[in-house]
Parts: sequence; structure tokens; C-alpha cells
Amino acid sequence: MSSQYPGLLVIVPLLSALLISVAGWVNKRLCFPIAVVGLSVALYASIGLLLRVLAADPALDGGVVLYRLGGWDPPWGIAYYVDRLNALVLVVVSVSALLNLIATKNDVQESFSTKIGAFYTLYILLVTGLLGITVTGDAFNLYVLLEITALTGYGLIAMGESRAPLASLNYVYMGTIGACFYLLGIGYLYIITGSLNMVDIASILPGLYDSKVVLAAFVICMVGIWLKMGFFPLHAWLPNAYTYAPSAVSSLIAPLMTKVMIYVMIRLMLTVFTPEFTFSVLALKTSVVWLAVIAIVMGSILALGAPDVKKMLTYIIVAEVGYMVGGAWLGNRAGMTGSILHIANDALMTLCVFLAVGNVVYRMKGYGFDDLRGIFVKMPFTMIGFVAGAFSIIGVPPTCGFFSKWYLISGGIEAGHYGFVAALVFSSLISAVLFFKLIEVGYYGSGDAHHHHGTAPVSMAEAPISMVVPLLIVAGGLIAVGLYTGDIVTHIIDPVIAQTIMD
Amino acid sequence: MISIKPLLAVLVSLLVVPILVSSRTPNVREAWTFVAASAKFLIVVSMVPAVLRGEQLVYTVAQVIPGAPIAFRVDPLGMLFALVASSLWIVTTAYSIGYMRGLGEHGQTRYFCFFAIALSSTIGVAFSANLLTLYLFYEILSLATYPLVTHHQDAEARVSGRKYLVYILGTSIGLVLPAMLICYHLSGTLAFSDQGFLAGTGPPQLMTILLFMFVFGFAKAAILPFHGWLPAAMVAPTPVSALLHAVAVVKVGVFSIVRVLTGVFGIELLSWLNLGTIVCVIASCTILIASLIALSQDNLKRLLAFSTIGQLSYIILGVGLLSPKGITGGVLHIAMHAFGKITLFFCAGAIFVATGKRNISEMVGIGRRMPVTMTAFFIGALSITGLPPAGGFLSKWYLVLGTLQADQIAMLVVLLVSSLLNAAYFMPIVYRAFFCPAETAMFENRVQEAPAFCVVPLVLTALISIILLFYPEPFFSLARLAAQGVTGG
Amino acid sequence: MSEIISSVVAHYNYWIYIALMMIGLYAVIGKKNLIKKIIGVNIFQTAIILFYVSIGAKKGATIPIIHHGPGGGHHETTASVIEASQYMNPLPHVLMLTAIVVAVATLGVALALAIKVYNQYGTLEEDEILSRIRIR
Repeated sequence: MSSQYPGLLVIVPLLSALLISVAGWVNKRLCFPIAVVGLSVALYASIGLLLRVLAADPALDGGVVLYRLGGWDPPWGIAYYVDRLNALVLVVVSVSALLNLIATKNDVQESFSTKIGAFYTLYILLVTGLLGITVTGDAFNLYVLLEITALTGYGLIAMGESRAPLASLNYVYMGTIGACFYLLGIGYLYIITGSLNMVDIASILPGLYDSKVVLAAFVICMVGIWLKMGFFPLHAWLPNAYTYAPSAVSSLIAPLMTKVMIYVMIRLMLTVFTPEFTFSVLALKTSVVWLAVIAIVMGSILALGAPDVKKMLTYIIVAEVGYMVGGAWLGNRAGMTGSILHIANDALMTLCVFLAVGNVVYRMKGYGFDDLRGIFVKMPFTMIGFVAGAFSIIGVPPTCGFFSKWYLISGGIEAGHYGFVAALVFSSLISAVLFFKLIEVGYYGSGDAHHHHGTAPVSMAEAPISMVVPLLIVAGGLIAVGLYTGDIVTHIIDPVIAQTIMD
Repeated sequence: MISIKPLLAVLVSLLVVPILVSSRTPNVREAWTFVAASAKFLIVVSMVPAVLRGEQLVYTVAQVIPGAPIAFRVDPLGMLFALVASSLWIVTTAYSIGYMRGLGEHGQTRYFCFFAIALSSTIGVAFSANLLTLYLFYEILSLATYPLVTHHQDAEARVSGRKYLVYILGTSIGLVLPAMLICYHLSGTLAFSDQGFLAGTGPPQLMTILLFMFVFGFAKAAILPFHGWLPAAMVAPTPVSALLHAVAVVKVGVFSIVRVLTGVFGIELLSWLNLGTIVCVIASCTILIASLIALSQDNLKRLLAFSTIGQLSYIILGVGLLSPKGITGGVLHIAMHAFGKITLFFCAGAIFVATGKRNISEMVGIGRRMPVTMTAFFIGALSITGLPPAGGFLSKWYLVLGTLQADQIAMLVVLLVSSLLNAAYFMPIVYRAFFCPAETAMFENRVQEAPAFCVVPLVLTALISIILLFYPEPFFSLARLAAQGVTGG
Repeated sequence: MSEIISSVVAHYNYWIYIALMMIGLYAVIGKKNLIKKIIGVNIFQTAIILFYVSIGAKKGATIPIIHHGPGGGHHETTASVIEASQYMNPLPHVLMLTAIVVAVATLGVALALAIKVYNQYGTLEEDEILSRIRIR
């Protein structure tokens, strides 16, 4: 059974998506339970995989779980490789997707009462795609899954408010071009290596590092992936698409989509084109980090000018993408550790703030700054979650955001890249301004200016318990993950980087 | 010696927060606050004998970053601070009840909750074993005090709250965080040690820059020019100003600087690079300027705020002297100033509760109306000025001895001048309160004190201020142990 | 000079795909009409498909079906050794079947979204739509 985990991880959600689309016609009530079951199995499998990978001896078989799809041996068949890196990402993806699914149940049922089948089908397919991208060891298979994720994402985003279809359409253009670039890069890799299997490519490449084709392949792949993750200045599609999407979709896509793309980037940098090529042969390291610096600074500044809460959060994502790209490209252990750690942490904290905003939208029917007036009195528990997420994004210890920022900054210091250090500090300060702006609105606008006369009369209008509990679980998770940073780094991230020699 | 007590001391007030939120009546809520405060005090006190014996209690909570776990370590310096903060919390709780009920303030549950969180983080700072842990609790304290500072939720509170955050968060993220990371990069550890861990790790220029980053970065110590938040924060209810802005928050800033100077840089490195003098100069500028500004204040709480700014720098000055006596005096001043200044704030609050007056010009003849309060005020003022029979005399005495021991005559002059200035801004208040001509008195000749919950605490702290001169234990032993530890003498 | 020309001529398939790609990219970025942009995206995808198909093709090679050895028939000849150079590489072509499916799906989604946009704003010109959004 446990040897089938990688397969189950993708097959079960895929089948449950098909089942949901059928159930949508028969009995709409069945859709949600099927989705929960599908994702629970995925979660179970990914935790099982993580435990298996952790138990595996890195010296023996590289600590990698290999799964042959359809029984074909690599490099001919499609192989799934699971090491500690993608096991971590798998757990993050499945946990976030499942929590979000449960948290947004009420919202989805009220907003899409007639389209529940379609919604959950797309939802589960999207998660399937994300899990597939993470687990696959085949470069072309990754492209297909990338497009599955993207296509379902377009559909989900377009289900949002009135401006959503246009935003989604713009996302289609950019997303497709990004994926095409990736495909083109893979094509070049195929020309020179004759293989599509990542491990196989990695074993063939070392003799070919001088080849211009390899260089072209690498650069084209990177551009494609940067487009997909919204790396400044290729981010233009991101804010609108994530803002106008329904809140249940925003809180799924915003935490996971960009983070999985970062994972793909790191996978290409570490596994396919070994760090030796990425950092030593190519002279791109410093320039990419400077690009990341610009991304961080611009993301933060644009967030300052954002007209509403969701837009603001999406620009913060643009800045966070800069964190991770920059950290990964610093070319040292601390930076890469920070980047990988931030994949998990940023997914959780983005999920946290978007879930909180989702709750606010559910009650207040809007996400403008004015809708937050007096929100601390109206929705205290939601705001506890929101504040926890906000503190994590600002980087207040002991939330997890602090620790990944710690590694990123110390990576910057180690590499002597003080521009990156300054950008991170700047962005932390800006996030503090941004979130305290919101907190201020929520804290002062309670309408009880006559404060010397007893308790405030504003009544509570908290979101349903099924929406609040997952949010608080995520908020607690932020602190828990923060306190377990040491274990995550030593047991999961260190071996990943150790395998690929980098100092 | 591994002991879970430091963790318990930190957590006890945090654990009580859910109970406070869910308690039905104010009486239950405040009873629980008392329970938490007493429990915290008892836990802290129970560790005193071990610390006096020279043992260090340590406890590691989580291994988050190699060389920088979240860990606690109880040493004489931290113990002294924890003792001051936790004992005064009990008194302040009593005073809060009187003050908040007396004025019918809103949001009292929130008030007591955040107070508890703030105290947790104060103790956390006191007991932190390394810079990371210290930073962690320092930040939590900044955030937990925001709702307290802006308690009134009006326009004025909003402006002050912003100022508070800009100064405190801006400096801690902008200066302390990078400085801490540079330290980590240089030495691979952040654990405080008696000799410091930075010696021999980097060029002198870098050390000087780091020193500036730390001294100004801990803006809670209100060193000029990062002092602006403290007068602004006086919009908070008086108990908050009393405990947090005379004891907990500002002392956390000073404590952090002292810790960094002694535990990160180390006295040897500081004296080798002559950085102690820089610290002294920064501190004495703050002392003199703040005292001069205080002279011109009419709002009593603002005057006290500027007085606090000056007094805080005494502590830093004492440590900056790098002489055993100076450090003893500086550390002892943490305790002496706390008891004296909290008395003064309690008095200011009691006057406000009883008469609604905030300005000194409106307090002529108030001594006849509120004799107990104003007597306590007099004792507090004596302690701050450094005159017997109040405890402040002892710490100032050691500071003066410290300047002589370090051959810093200029600093001696600074101390004496500022003592004169202290007297100049405090004594007229007392004089006019008691000895004004009857026709200029603004109050009827009738004794009417604030509620007992307000008066008892301030009498208590005033008495303690006096007792501390004659029996300054265990603070004196702790201060001496702390000085011995870091100077190795 | 002649080397450059000959290399261009020798790799004409690359130049065609690059030209197509640029046309597609131009349409996506430069055109204001949403449908034209969709067409641009489609051209872009087609360029990549062409690239893949062309790298699998070889001059003088045949489809990779082994019919009892080259020459066919049942003659027990000595030429039963299979030479890979005589066959085209089928893998890129097969991959492109998937890519075509993806392209069609993308086109479908994009057109559906375009219809939704048109129903909302009554136009497919981007600047008109934006001005209408601003008025609201």
C-alpha cells in the first residue's frame, strides 16, 4: 500500500474530480464529501511519503522514493521521484488545499449554489495538478500538469466578480506563454540529451555545460517559470487575477500556485541543472538577485498604493516571490535554506491572511479598506487569525515568517549581497506599515467615539465556526512551524541541499 | 542547572489570558489577574536564592536556529529586572482596578489581557539566554503594548499609536534585526556570555557601527533622538504609563542595551575599542537634554516622561563607565528608578482620578486636598533626584563612585548637573502643592483622596522607595553579582 | 557571410518557429483586441509545436514502424539489421499530440472567457473595456 503513495497522491484526487462532476448532476450534496475524501487521501499519502522519505537512509538510495507509473522503467516511462524537498511541498499543498476546502464550504455553497459540481471538479483538478507538478520526475509530464493546473485555475478565477473574466483572460495569455517557454526550454534539453527524465537529464548534462543549447534551455525554462510565478516585472497578470477571483479560490491559488512554481524553479536549479552549473558556470547569479531586489522593493511599493485589501495582499505575494527567487539565487546554503523554508512558510501565512479576508468578505460583502471598520469587535476570532498571518508576513518571531526571513537575510550577508539584505529589511518595514494600516482601520473605526460610557455597543458578527476553526488552525500552525524550524531545517532541508553539494 | 521555572514565569500570565477573556464579571477577571501576578512573583522569587548562590537556571524551549535556540537563562541582572517588574505588576493591578473603574473606562478586558501579555514578554526579555530570544520577546512586547497605548481609540491615541509603532518597530526591524544577523554571521552564536562573544570577530569599524545599531535600535530605551514615542505614549491610561512606560517597556529597552553591551560585546572589547566613552557621551547628552525639556513641561505626565528619558540614560551611562561600581550603580538604578517613578505616575493618576487635572499649573495647593498622595509624590521625587532618605540615593551614589573609579570626571559633572535639574523640575511642584498662599490655592481646604485602590499602591511603592535605601536587598546583591560577573572582578 | 547564410538555411526550421513565435508574441502584447490576442497565443503555441515536430524529423527517414526489417516482405535477407538513422524520432511527435490537446483546451477556455467578457462589456477592444471599468 505505502509503495503506491505517489500514485495514489495523483490518481485519487483525479478520480474524485471526475466523480464530483458526475455527482454534480446527480446530487449536489455529494460533491463536498467526495472532495474532502479525495484530498484527505492525498494528505494521508503525502504525510506517509514524508515519513517514508525521512526514514529512508540518504546514503543508501539517495533517500528517494521512486515510483514507476504504469510499471515502465525510467527513462522510458514516466517516473515519480519523491525526495525530502518535494515531500515537504506535497504536505504543504495537501494541507493547505484541504483546510481551505473545509474553511470555504459555506462560502462556496452560498456563492455557487448552482455550480457546486463544476466548482469542486475544478478545485480538485487544480490540486491534482499541483500535486502532480510536485511529485513528477518527468520534465514533459510537468508541463502537462502545469497546464492542467493553469486551465482549471483560469476557470476558477473567472467564477469571481464582474471583472474576473477579463483578469482571467489576461492570465490565460501570460500563463500560456509562460508554459510555452518552459516547453521550449524542455525541447532544447531534449535535443541535447535525448531524455525527458529529470534524473536522466541531470546525469547526461555535466559533460555538456559549455554547450550554448544547455544555456538556452536553462534561460528559456527560467523565463517561462518566472512568468508563471509572477516574478517582477513579469507579474502584471497576477494582482488582478488573484484579487477578482472568488475568495475561496484566492485562498487556494494565492498560497499554492506561486509557491509550487518556486519549487519547480528550485528543482530545476538543484536537480536538473545541478548547482555547479547554475551558480558556477552561469554568470547570472548576481543579476538575478538584483532582479529579486527590484521585485521585492517594487512589490512592496505597489502594495502601499493598492486600493483594497486583496490587491494589497497580492502585491505582497509579488514581493514574496522576490524573496524566494533571490534567496535561491544567492548561491549559498543559507539562502537556499531560506528559500525552501519560505515555500512552506509563505504558503501557510498567505493562506492564513487570505482565509481571514475570505471570512471578512463573507460577512461584510466586500474587501475594501472601509469594510474593515470596527472589524476587531465584529469578527474577533477572524482578526486573531489575520493578525497572526500579518505578523508572520512582517516577520515577528516566533511566527514562521521570521525564521525564513532570518535564513534569507543571513544568506544575503554571507554572499555579501547587501542590496538583498536591505531590500528584505525594507520590505519588512513596509509590510509593518501596510498591516498596521489595516489594523488601525479595524481598531479605531468601531464607531464608539463616546468611549467613556461603558462597553462598546457594536455587536459581534463572527463568521461560522467551520470558517473560523480552520483559520485558527492555520494561525496556530504558523507559530508551531516557527518553533519547529530547527527540525524542519535539519531533517528536511539540509539533506536536500547536501545531496546537491553547495556551500 | 536546568529548570523549567523561567518558562513557567513567562507563561503564567500568558496562560491566564483565555480565562480573562472568558470571565463573566469584572471581579472574576481581576481576581485572576491577581492570581497570575502573584504566581508570577512567587515563581520569580523562588529562583532568587539559587541566583544569589551564583547558579544559573537554564531552559531551552526550541532549537530554531543552530547556535541560537529559544532559551532562557536566569542570571543576576535578569533576576533583578524580573523581580522589579513582577513585584510591581501586583501593585499596578490593584492600582489599575481603582483607576479604570474610577474613570469607567471601556474595553477593560482587553486592557487586562494585553497587560498580562506585556508582562509575559517583559519577563521573557529578562530571562532570555540569547539575542534571538530577547528580540522575540522585545517584539511581542512592542506589539502587545500597542492596544494599551491606544486604549482610548480616539484621534489622539491614533496619532500616538502611529508614532509609537514607527519608532519602536522601525528601529527594531531596521537596526536591531540586521545588527543581530551580522553578529550571528560573525560569530555563529547569539548566546549571551559574561565576556561577550564578539571579541576578535570583526574590524573595529564594524564593531562601532554595530554598537550604534544596537544602542539606537532598542528605541524603547528612549535615547535621543529616538525618544519621541515616550511622551506621545502618555495618552495611555495612567497605570499603563506607570508600569510600562516607567518600568516594563522602557526598562526592557535599557535592559536590552545593557545585555548587549555586557553579554554581546563584553566589557573588555568595549574598553579596548574605547566604545564605553561613546556610550557615555550618547547617554549624557540624553540626560541633559531630556532634563532641560522636562523643565518646560506643564502636563505632569509629559514631565514625568521626559524625566524618565533622562533617568534611563543614567543606567546606560553607568554601564558605559565600564567600572564595577558604575555597573553596580546603573543596574541598581533599574530597581530604584522603577519604584520611585511608578510612585510618581501613580500620584499623577490619582490626581487625575480625584480632580480631573493633568497640568501642573492647575495643581497649586493640591497638597491640602490630597496630602497622602502628595507626600508620596515628594518621596518619589526625592528618590528620582537621588536624595536621602529615598532609595535613589544609593544608586546615584554608586554611579558617582563609578565615575571616579573610571576617571570620567566629565560624567561626574553631568550626573551632578542633572541632579540639580531633577530637583529644579520636581521641587516646585511639591512646594506649590503644599506651601502656596491660601488665596492662590485652587482647591477647597478639604481632604479628598482618590479611591483606596489608587492610594494604597502608591503609598506602598513610596514606602518601598524609602526602605530600599536602608535595606536594598536582594537588589543590591544582585546588582553587585551582575557587575562582578561581567567585569570578572 | 556565406557561413551565416548557410547556417540559416540549414536550420530554416528554427528560423520559422522563431518568426512564428515572435508574431504570436507581438499579437499578444501589441494588439488591443482580445480575440487577436487569443490568436496570438495560439500562433505561439503552434510555433512550439512546429519546433518539436521539426526536431523529430529527418531527411530521407521513414516512419518508425518496423515491418519485419527494412525492405519489408518476408524475404530472409541479410539487411535485417535495424538502423536508427533510417527512422524519424517519434517521441517529439507523440509529445505534441498532448501539446495540441493542451492548446485546444486553452483556446476553448480563452474563447469562453472572451464570450463572458463580451457579454459584460459589449466589446472586445481592451481600451474600451478599461474605460468602461473606470467609468463604473
